[in-house]
Formats: sequence, C-alpha cells, structure tokens
Amino acid sequence: MILVWLLLIPFVAGALCYALDSSRGQGASRWIALIGSGLILLIALALWATGNYHLTNAVQGTAQWHTQFQLEWIPSLGISFHLALDGLSVIMLLLTGIMSVLAVASSWGQPRNREGLFYANLMWLIGGVVGIFLAIDLFAYFFFWEMMLIPMALLVALWGHDGSSVAAKRAAAIKFFIYTQASGLLMLASIIGLVIVHYEQTGAVTFDYQALLQTSHGGAFGMVLMLGFFIAFATKLTTIPFHGWLPDFHTHSPSDSSVDLTGVLVKTGAYGLLRFALPLFPHASAEFAPVAMILGLIGIYYGAVVAFAQTDMKRFVGYTSIAHMGFVLIGIYAGTLLAVQGAILQLLASALSTAGLFLVSSQLYARLGTRDMRSLGGLFGLMGAMPGFALVFSIAALGMPATANFLGEFLVLFGAFAHWPVIVAFAAAGLILAAVYALYLLHRVYWGPPSIKTPTSGLASREYASLLLIVALTLIIGLYPASVLQVTTGTAHEIAHWFAGPVSAVSSSQP
Amino acid sequence: MQIVAILAPLIVTATIVLTIGAVAFTRSHRIMAGLSSTGLVLALLGLIPASITVPIQVTPLYIVDGFGLFYMALILIAALISAILAYAYFETQSDYRAEFYILLLCATLGALSLVVCSHLASLFIGIELVSVPLYGMVAYAYRDSVSLESGLKYMILSGVASAFFLFGMALMFAASGSLTFTHIGQNPGGSQLLLLGVGMLVVGLAFKLSIAPFHLWTPDVYQGAPGPASTFLATVSKVAIFAALLRFFQTSPVAQNAWLHVLIIALAFISMLVGNLLALRQNNLKRLLGYSSIAHLGYILTAIAAGGPLAATAVGVYFAVYILTSLGAFGVVSVVSSPFTGTEASDLSNYRGLFRHQPTLAVTLAVMMISLAGIPITFGFIGKFYALLVAVNSGLWWLVAALIIGSAMGLYYYLRVTFILFGAYEGDAQKSLTESSSRTAIMALSLLAALVIALGIYPTPLIDLVNVAGIAVPA
Repeated sequence: MILVWLLLIPFVAGALCYALDSSRGQGASRWIALIGSGLILLIALALWATGNYHLTNAVQGTAQWHTQFQLEWIPSLGISFHLALDGLSVIMLLLTGIMSVLAVASSWGQPRNREGLFYANLMWLIGGVVGIFLAIDLFAYFFFWEMMLIPMALLVALWGHDGSSVAAKRAAAIKFFIYTQASGLLMLASIIGLVIVHYEQTGAVTFDYQALLQTSHGGAFGMVLMLGFFIAFATKLTTIPFHGWLPDFHTHSPSDSSVDLTGVLVKTGAYGLLRFALPLFPHASAEFAPVAMILGLIGIYYGAVVAFAQTDMKRFVGYTSIAHMGFVLIGIYAGTLLAVQGAILQLLASALSTAGLFLVSSQLYARLGTRDMRSLGGLFGLMGAMPGFALVFSIAALGMPATANFLGEFLVLFGAFAHWPVIVAFAAAGLILAAVYALYLLHRVYWGPPSIKTPTSGLASREYASLLLIVALTLIIGLYPASVLQVTTGTAHEIAHWFAGPVSAVSSSQP
Repeated sequence: MQIVAILAPLIVTATIVLTIGAVAFTRSHRIMAGLSSTGLVLALLGLIPASITVPIQVTPLYIVDGFGLFYMALILIAALISAILAYAYFETQSDYRAEFYILLLCATLGALSLVVCSHLASLFIGIELVSVPLYGMVAYAYRDSVSLESGLKYMILSGVASAFFLFGMALMFAASGSLTFTHIGQNPGGSQLLLLGVGMLVVGLAFKLSIAPFHLWTPDVYQGAPGPASTFLATVSKVAIFAALLRFFQTSPVAQNAWLHVLIIALAFISMLVGNLLALRQNNLKRLLGYSSIAHLGYILTAIAAGGPLAATAVGVYFAVYILTSLGAFGVVSVVSSPFTGTEASDLSNYRGLFRHQPTLAVTLAVMMISLAGIPITFGFIGKFYALLVAVNSGLWWLVAALIIGSAMGLYYYLRVTFILFGAYEGDAQKSLTESSSRTAIMALSLLAALVIALGIYPTPLIDLVNVAGIAVPA
C-alpha cells in the first residue's frame, strides 16, 4: 500500500496545485509542491532505513521483491497494475525525493506566470518518474514512461529560459518529445513482440515482468526486440547517436534549473537497462555488449570534447553528463557484480554533481543575467560561497577520490577489466579529458581577470542549504559507499546472475 | 423481435417525420434542437432492449448483432453531440435553422442502417442516405462562398465515388450471382471479374473515408463546412462506412484474397504517412484535423489488414477513441467559431492564448490533441496500443514502421497546437460564450474530455464491451 501512496502523493499534490491556479491562492501551490516532494523523500528514507534488501533469489531465477502491490487493470490482455520495490528502486526513489525537493527549492520565489500550473506540471512529472521506478508490469511501465513527457514538454515550452525566444523553447520541447516518443514506440513494439513470443510459448497473455523473464527468444528476433528496448533507454541516457535532444533541452529549460534536476532523473534510462533490457534479454544483450560498450566509450570522449567547446554553462553541464553516462553504459554491459554496482553508484554520483552544477549555473544567471562563459571570469571571492561550491562539484565531476564519482568510475573500470581490458584502458584515459574540461570551466569562470567590479549578493540560505545537501551526499557516498551498495547488492547480484553465462561465452570468443 | 432489434433506427425515423411535421407549425430553433436531441437520446435508450434480441437477421438485407449495436451507440452519441454543437453554432443565425436538424437526422438514419447491413444493396442505400444529406449540411452556410464551394466539391467527388461503388457492385454480381456478403466469392470462377469488382468497391469506400490517395477533397471540405457539419462528417459518416467495410471483410469469403490484402496494407501505409506529412505545415486547425483524420484512418486500416478477432476489438476501441477525440476537437472549433458575425475561427492564430479567457475549452482541446497524439493517460494511447498490438501480432512490419514514424511526425503538429493554446494571448476579438446554448455545448465537451481521460486510465469496461460485441455470421 505504501507504494500506492508514493504514487498518489505527487499526482494529488499536482491536482491541488492546478486547482489553486486560477484562484488567488497561487502562492500556496509552492508549499503544496514542497510538502508533496518532502513526503516522497521521507517515505523513501523510511523504506531505505527499515527494509532488508540483501535477500536474493537469483538461484531460482525469480526476482525478490521487498513489497509489492497488484491490481487488475486490463484483464483481457493480462495487464495488471503491478508495483514492486527492491533495493535498486529504493535508491532511485531516494534520489527522486532528493531531486524533487531540490527542484522545488530552486524554483522558490522566482516570479512566473501561472505558478499553480507550473507546480502542477512539476509534480505530475515527478509522479511519472516515481511510477517508472515502481512499475514492473511492462504496460504500466510504458504508461508512466510516456505520460511523464507531457508535463516535461509543457514546462520547457511555457516556462523555459527567459533569455530564449518562444519559438526556440517550443522547438526544444517538441524535439525532446519526438526523440523520446519515437524511441518509446519502438520499445512498445518490442514489449508487444515479447508478449506475443511468450504467448506462443506458454499460451498465456501477460505483460508481467516476472512471467516474461521466463521467455526464451534466441537469434535475430531476440536481438531486434532487445534493440527496441535499448534504443528507448539509450535515448534517455543520451548515448551517442541518440543524444540530439539534450543540448537544446538544457539550454531552453527554465532558468532556475528546477526542470534540469528532474531531467537528470530522466537520464536514469540506465534503470530501464538494468531492470528490463538485461534480465529480459540476457543472450541478445551479451552479444550486443561490445557495441554498447563502444558507444559508451565514444560518449566519454565525445561528451568531454564537445563540452570543452561550449560557451553556455548549462549546455556545458549537459555534455559532461553525456560523458558520465558513458561510464554507466560500460558498467552495465560489463555485467559483473562489481561493474553493475559501480554503474549504479556512478548514476547517483553523476546525478548529484550534475544537479549541483546546474544549480550553480542558474544561481549565476540570476545574479549576472548571463551564462555565457566568454563574458565571465574572476568570480572567485566576488559571489560569496558559490564559487567554492562550484569547485567542489567540478572536482566531483572529474572523479576525484573521496567523491562518489570516483568510486563509481573506479568500480566500473575494475569490474569490467577482467573481460574487457582494452575498453577499460581507453575509458580510463578518458578520465584525463574530464579533468581538463572541469578545470577549464573553473579557470574560465572563476579565475583570471574579474568580469564584474563589485561583489554580488551571496547565497540565500535556501540556496546554501541545497548546495550543501548535494556536497554532503556526494561525500557521504564517496566515503561510505556501503550505504548504497548494501541496498543494491541483491538486485546487482540478480543482474550479474542473468548475465554471467552469456557474457563470458561472448567475451571468451573474442580474439 | 425484429421490430425490437431495429428500435433505434425506427425511433430516428419517427423523429424525422415529427420534425418535418413540426416545421409546418413552428420554426423555433430551441424546439427543433430539443426535438431532435430527444429523439436521439430515445434511440440510444432503444439499444438496450435491442441488445437482448441479438444476433438476429432482419430481412435478407440487415443483420443486427452486438457489433452493429456498439457502432449504433457510437453513431448516436456523435450525432447527439453534433446536434448540441449545431444549437450553439446556429443560435446567432436568423434564418432557416430547422432544416439542418432534419438533414442531420436523415444522415444519422443512413449511418445506423450501414452498420447492420449484410447485403450490397443495403450498403449502397445506406451510403447514399448518409452522403446526400451531408451535401446540404456542408453547404449549409450558403452565404459563405467557401461553404458553398466545399459542398459542391463534396457532392461531385462523392458522386464519382458512388459510381465506382455501383460499378464494382455490378461486377461482383456478374461474378458471383449474389449481393449478400457471405455469398460473394463463395463459388470459384470469374475471379478476375470479382477482384476488379472488390477493388472498385474498396476505391469507392476509400473516397468516402478519405483514405490516401483518395483524400484530396478532405481538407477543403472540412475547412469550408460549418463546424457542426465538419464534426458530423468526420465522425458519423466515417465510423458508419468503416464499420460496413469491416463487416464486409470479416464475413465475405472474397476478403481472403492475398491481392486484396496487399491493397489494404498499401492504403494503410500511404494514409499514415501522407496524412501526417501534409498536416505538418497546416496553419488552419480544421485542415489540420482533416489531414490527421486521414492518418488515423490509416491506423485503423492496419487492423483490417491484420484480420481476426483481435482486429475487430482493435477497430472497435480505436473508433471509440477516434469518435470521442474528433468530437471534442471539432466541437471546440465549432464553439469558438462565430460564422455569422465574422469568419470561421479555424486559423491557429485564433487559438493563441485561448487558455487565458476560455480555460475549459482550451484544456478540452489540449486533452484531445494529446489523445490524438496517443500519449498515455488519454484514451488515444489505448487506441494506438491496440493498433500496434494487432500490427505486431500479424507481423505487418511495414505498418509498424509507418505507425511509429507517422506518430512521431504527428507529435509535431499536435504539440504545436497545444503550446499555442497556452501561449501569450494576443487580443483577437472573441465571441462571448455566455449564452446558454454555448454553455450546454461547453459542458458536453468537457464531459467528453473527462471521458477521454477516464477511459485512458481505466479502459477495461469499454474493451469488455467491444469484446462482447462480435460480428455474427449468418448461416
């Protein structure tokens, strides 16, 4: 039942915000949004603190859920509203809770039209994300996956960056929408294909994850089905040929970065890979692993090199996250326990440091009216504590030890090395580029001749608290990774188990 | 029993006679609208006793079954909403309002007979009974040259289509010696002639359904016709003719032909791509909806190409989607328009910032756009899901590809309209929508929007209904 509450809270909060929209009580909507996202965070924390997620049933090949909830939905097609929770989803929910509180906090007090409608969309977006992390019926999963696009597109199109033209904002929103919807429909076709294969084998029509896990599908058809899933997730993960929506999206999204923070969650298409693509298609995934890892490798280099050439700070941050996701992809497709755990850790770490950099860039914009790095410089000491925070996030992004990012990258490289030494060697070399772009950002914006004469106002306590929270989390995970790894170990074990047979077969046949 | 089975068409017939008689005494707009909507509601209620008697053969020409009753319900609802819209639309006009309702009822009767026909002769009568009143409805705002022009255009092209259809019928009769669906193509021999006949029949129906490449009249007619007439044309006439086509394909042995199968696949493929492609650059909402309806008929044709019981369910669900969303979208256009005080408000710029001064209408239109785009929490997603389901199930990969590409293109224009609704208001002079006639229409439209979302979240009742409503094959 707790899972239903997790879903209901954001949707009800959104509806309340919408109801307040046209009345005078608009100001109350932000409180409702804050309470709603706070409740999600609290429930996630409670689940994280009280649950026991070590259990795994990998041997029998069935998933071990901590709690679940099931309701008939469309019985004639074997579709049920099935929610379930395991260690991986707890961690993702925790991240969702943190990001949504930060998003509401960062949008606090910004003047905007139709505030109630804005917060309604934000809450519905968060509700969709929560649904993605809970649903394990493939139809329900897809339902949330697509549903979340409408509020997201509206947020960018209607409340986008105030320096962008209306047409540019709409174009960015539509571009994002088309990328995700087209790839999403490929996934839907794959889901249906999988269900039909299952039907032909067992005579039962079902969209349930656990039942579909037992389906065997070899050869080219299994590969095609797997690719449908992969393309949908890779689009969200901004893997190289599918990343086209990302730069425009971050350039034109609302100036206060609230949507970018939730946008970071969207990049958890990695969750989809871990939960669905790998366990459902272990053989096809193993065959595809070299390609996916090379795509990840390209992402690491491409993200770093292109980030280097950016002048807009948010675009810059967007490209660095492409590089981070390259490591995640390598970790996932290496498929060993260590690498999968590393990929999950890297996912969290990247979300945190990226969120921090987005927040800093929007706070910079609020004070100086520009995000163009060419017209910035020498800000250290002129903006209160903000440049200090920027420094911490930058070195986290480049993977300095003691930060969570270091552990994530390290575990990914370590876990993948046994089977894929060449790829790991190249990926490790990519870390150098990360250091170059992160330091270059710091150098351009915060050092050198100052671009402003008088110091601006320092951080407000709300902004200070947000940034401090992110720094604290980065360090806590970096210094005590067991807080995360213990929770996800059951899930990671399972994924490694599904994947172990096929992947060693493939990698040993490589020259 | 046979009388009970066809209670709904009988009630509509009685209403026609009654309205024609009433015109002699009063031309009150309120009374005419009230009379015809009451008749339609009674006909809708008449389906309940009829559902006990099905399936039953009524004369050799008609077979009333669950399938027929389901489509009758859709048709009656669409006709009812069209009548409510007409009441709001023509309220400001001073002369000759009563005839519109008589035409509307006649066309509805034709549509009701189409969905239960089991014989080519009744099919032809039904099609003509739908089309002929529609000429009048499309050209009803005859002082506006655009409306007149579109009425003429529709009449001429519709006549051509009917000619094709008749010729096809003659060829089929020559080949198989019968006009009953189940007998056509039963005995071997004369297969060339038969195929030519079926081909011409499909071409004729494709004209009426505006399936590409026979769609050229659609945008002009949709644009020129008065709002309620476009609504009726886009919903009632499409669903009735399509239901007849589906019944023909599911019951007639000739439909097993491989060549015909390829023809249907090609039509579906072209419609999906052409409809979406041409809608991309439209700045007129009615034209845009016209092109998008071409694409949607392509999605539905996918189900016909697939065949089988799942396909009948898919068609039923998709048509429920199509009817509800088209009614909503055209309905908003028709309510916002004020043809007799200015021009028809169908340019996209008329809708800029609609959310500011008409939030209910704007949200309704936005919901309809999202539903047409097939995004979850709207009923449109369920429809698209079914279309994809039957296409993948039958391995029609070309159609799967066209569906995915087409709906990605569709997003562009649906979202554009949605964003414009919420954009900055630019102060066009807008009709005040406070009269009671408009308020009824707005209430009906917001009910439709609520229904689209409710069925999008929990479609099971409708799916069960469609599953029950199967096509009966007469012995």
